[in-house]
Amino acid sequence: MIKTDALIIGAGPAGLFTAHQLKLIGLDCEIVDNLDKIGGQCIELYPDKPIYDIPAVSECTGEELAKNLIDQLKPFNIKFHLNERVDEVKNNNGNWEVKTNKGTKFSTPNIIIAGGVGSFEPRKFFSKECEKFENKSIFYSIKDKTIFKGKTVSIFGGGDSALDWAIELSKNSKINLIHRRDEFKGAQSTVEKVQELAKEGKINLLTKYQLKDAKGSNSLESIDILHDNKEVKNLKTDFVLGFFGLIMQLGPIANWGLNLDKKKINVDTEKFETNQKGIYAVGDICNYPGKLKLILSGFHEGALAARACFKLARPNEKYRFEFTTTSKNVKKRLGIKSD
Amino acid sequence: MTKITYIEHNKKSHTVEVAKGLTVMEGAVENNIPGIDADCGGGMACATCHVYVKEEWFNKVNKKSEGEDDMLDQAYEPNKYSRLSCQISVTDDIDGLIVNLPEKQ
Repeated sequence: MIKTDALIIGAGPAGLFTAHQLKLIGLDCEIVDNLDKIGGQCIELYPDKPIYDIPAVSECTGEELAKNLIDQLKPFNIKFHLNERVDEVKNNNGNWEVKTNKGTKFSTPNIIIAGGVGSFEPRKFFSKECEKFENKSIFYSIKDKTIFKGKTVSIFGGGDSALDWAIELSKNSKINLIHRRDEFKGAQSTVEKVQELAKEGKINLLTKYQLKDAKGSNSLESIDILHDNKEVKNLKTDFVLGFFGLIMQLGPIANWGLNLDKKKINVDTEKFETNQKGIYAVGDICNYPGKLKLILSGFHEGALAARACFKLARPNEKYRFEFTTTSKNVKKRLGIKSD
Repeated sequence: MTKITYIEHNKKSHTVEVAKGLTVMEGAVENNIPGIDADCGGGMACATCHVYVKEEWFNKVNKKSEGEDDMLDQAYEPNKYSRLSCQISVTDDIDGLIVNLPEKQ
């Protein structure tokens, strides 16, 4: 069981700056994020898109913003738990006990939800039959490519993930690459390589098709694919891979007894606290009258939530407001020598 | 104001007045029409405001944005009338527009 003053859920800009604020006032924190990297939507949705409304930064991309926020946390030793999703939150005598899908457990008086619009999950096939084969013959990510050796693999999607895996797996497997239109959005050189392999007969390219159904009793035997012109084709296949990007799901947060409004969590504007004492929400996921879905609002919300955490983490101490420009304590925490 | 009809997958129809200058997505969100999530808030980064524009209207709405088809690759059951509603501008020309919503986003 990891004990910490505050647990932050979500490593996007709001979560990262909240961590900074907690550390500045002398509190510990750890961060959990379902993605495999730090940066949240900035990294996952728009790494290359320029942002023009971060105060004092005329222009920066999502990736640069994430990098700068990570740099700002360098003086502090913050433990990140990536690739983990918080599944359970329970109250035990005023402390929150938190468990992730990987079994990591935390005990903390404060939880700050900085979850954007929920956790990113792969978009899946919608055919009910597909669920039956999921993680056996149908996958949305690849952990062990050796299982495909010598088998027939049908890959769906038109982006880099689908194309890269089609090229890679075509070395040792029979590949069907199926996409809903003729154009691919992958890197030009990758698209050309796929077309070359298709000409050589190493990749069976099927465009304007989408998955209709998966068939098989115990294991997957074949799939039906549907052409734009409604023609149905049956393909024998051992495995199916779907690469349709990620979608955000509120996920387990919906089960924590919070006051939700659609996919948002209602909070007050003094502490950004939810209806549960010691659970706060900041950034895109929180909702209050006048809420603006801007990164700068997330920074403000995190700064206030961090101060509220102090009371519960240090009930016997008095919180003192200090400026980073003048406070010796703060400079010490930042590792800066004060004169 | 421009009249837009959103038809849910279960055939439930909502006709609302949307101010010019907004997008078809914003018109749905402002009027609490179920079936359009718009997770990214209009940034063309998520494909959760997918709609099927009714055939006769498809060529009357503004053309697809660059990259819109790439995002539509991720949508649920896209077809040739698929659009991201955050990329359709509301103008006088589309008064009476009808869009169908997919089974899920």
